[in-house]
Amino acid sequence: MIEHAITPNLVFDVAHMFAGALVLISFLMLYQDRLYALLNVFALQAVALALAVAWQAYAQDAPHLYVTAGIALVFKALVIPVALHRMVARLGIHRQVETAVSIGPTMLAGIALVALSMVVMLKATPAADALAREDLAFALSVVLLGLLMMVTRRNAVSQVVGFMSLENGLILAATGAKGMPLVVEISVAFSVLIAFIVIGIFLFRIRERFDTVDVDALDRFRGGRA
Amino acid sequence: MTVLATLPFNPAPVILAIPAVAAVLLALIPSYRVSAALNVGACALTFLTALSLLVAPRVAGPFLIVDDLNIVFVVLNTFVAFTTSVFSASYIAHELETGRLTPLHLRFYHAMYQVLLAAMTLALVSNNLGVMWVAIEVATLTTVLMVGLYRTEAAIEAAWKYFMLGSVGIALALFGTILVYMVAQPVVGEGPDAMVWSVLMQHARNFDPALLNVAFVFLLLGYGTKVGLAPLHAWLPDAHSEGPTPISAVLSGLLLNVALYAVLRFKLLMAAHPGTLAPGPLMMAMGLASLLLAGFMLYRRRDIKRLFAYSSIEHMGLIAFAFGLGGPVANFAGLLHMTMHSLTKSAIFFAVGHVCQVKGTQKLADIRGLTTSHPALGWGLVVAVAAIAGLPPAGVFMSEFLLVTSAFAHRPWLALPLVAGLLLAFGALMVKLSGIAFGAPSPGTDKVKASHLPMTVHLALVLVAGLYLPPPLVAWFRHVAGLLG
Repeated sequence: MIEHAITPNLVFDVAHMFAGALVLISFLMLYQDRLYALLNVFALQAVALALAVAWQAYAQDAPHLYVTAGIALVFKALVIPVALHRMVARLGIHRQVETAVSIGPTMLAGIALVALSMVVMLKATPAADALAREDLAFALSVVLLGLLMMVTRRNAVSQVVGFMSLENGLILAATGAKGMPLVVEISVAFSVLIAFIVIGIFLFRIRERFDTVDVDALDRFRGGRA
Repeated sequence: MTVLATLPFNPAPVILAIPAVAAVLLALIPSYRVSAALNVGACALTFLTALSLLVAPRVAGPFLIVDDLNIVFVVLNTFVAFTTSVFSASYIAHELETGRLTPLHLRFYHAMYQVLLAAMTLALVSNNLGVMWVAIEVATLTTVLMVGLYRTEAAIEAAWKYFMLGSVGIALALFGTILVYMVAQPVVGEGPDAMVWSVLMQHARNFDPALLNVAFVFLLLGYGTKVGLAPLHAWLPDAHSEGPTPISAVLSGLLLNVALYAVLRFKLLMAAHPGTLAPGPLMMAMGLASLLLAGFMLYRRRDIKRLFAYSSIEHMGLIAFAFGLGGPVANFAGLLHMTMHSLTKSAIFFAVGHVCQVKGTQKLADIRGLTTSHPALGWGLVVAVAAIAGLPPAGVFMSEFLLVTSAFAHRPWLALPLVAGLLLAFGALMVKLSGIAFGAPSPGTDKVKASHLPMTVHLALVLVAGLYLPPPLVAWFRHVAGLLG
């Protein structure tokens, strides 16, 4: 798999470390109760993603993956958190993260989801090479934790952060798949960009009409219509 | 095959290029009259080019694929997109007069309409799983923007909900796509080939079945969200009710089909490997759940567009059930039902769009006695709803009849909930229809310059299809049904 001076074992362990870090940071995000802190933790996860992807680029000898790593570092770890910071400040959004389910049960559900993804992935992939399959299990964990965060949060901004964390998991999976065509990586990065623009438009549109970007405020308007 | 491949060139790139160019032009043209006409013209041209696919060579290049399965979808899609653009031209004229939309909105709307058309066609003819995913994602994003076009609180909420649920669906589908690549990579080798549909089909027998199963579950959940299958249907009623009505027609008649097409492609891949989990029962379960859920929900609707959105969930459930059941008859019924549903449901939305303009409301309680106050619209809606409810002689009746007989023949115990769901939905639609169409008319507003032509054409096609299907079409559908296994 690798012709570098480093032993395969080390390659394996480092990749594991970064992928595991992503899962750990997903858990960190689950118990943040302030928006700014949440954005900081998200930036940290993006940095971890950039490192994980860069390591894959090195291990697979696939230089194009460095581009993906760079996008993660610049775009997701810097541009988006800073922009969201400013948006939260300018729009006067509640700084508190409002949860639909309290932290304790959410964490337990998160642990269950990680266990689930380990069981599913490790059982389903005995044939694949070990690095890929365990990377995939971690990636699925990050995806599911992002999903959990979207479900259990009420603020629009923290749902968006949940969605972007989910995308981090997808990129981890895509880069872990050896030789996945460049088309897809660019499209993934591109989709994040598009998603962000759309979300930005939406946040501003919502701000035009509402005092808060709390999605619950939107739900009020459903009352009259069945 | 009755139609011989005689066309010397491949029209697939042309079908993609026309809407792409039109989108740029429409974004530049300020006059809404010119752009509405151009929109119709571009759609007509796309449809005519799509027809030439029928005699085009079946090719599978690295990027585009033209085979008997996707031609059905492309022709149907471009046709309904064309008739919807005709309806849209008369619909938006009224929206401009009442000031709900400004010319600037319309410029955006027309450009987005063509982008949506291009993205959907790309999803259908793409031979690369990754490109197909990107195309469906772009189609979703454009519809999100269109659903939020009116910028009311309800429209923004609907668009937000659609965006969030759609993104989750899309994310799951991407994860499934990555898994498919990982399944294919040891067999096909690294690189783009392992994402090319036609290559995957050749090697499917050697894939690792366990991982392919997991991939299919993700793909079914992901693209199933876009099909509107229960329990992932929550976005669909909001998105249908709050956007401009032509978009409701496009969502129901086209975008749901495109997502279904993606599911079918992966079902084919699963079917090509004998060791995998049978995808049928999963699809049947989701289909039946959608059918029954929508059957019950139809009774409680108070908004006319939401009513027909739930009817779309019901019918997508039926179609998923048909393809899940499999076999030549059920697959044939599924294809026919998909075609009939697209035609009928878009006809319904054409009528509903003008009904809402005439009555100035979407509330069912305030829409009464249409056949008295607006006979053409009212009777058109009556015929269309009777057709979608499955009354003979409409084509929907024929496909539902085929499906039920096939279900009784192969899975009798599943035929019972199927029939129950059909009857439930039928009852609900009849109850609602009698209120809308008959009785003392509710106060209507001004005259609306309604265009009845698209609706009439669709209903005529549906009625004719119920009585007589041309033999080449039957042969074609039978052939495709055979391919679907």
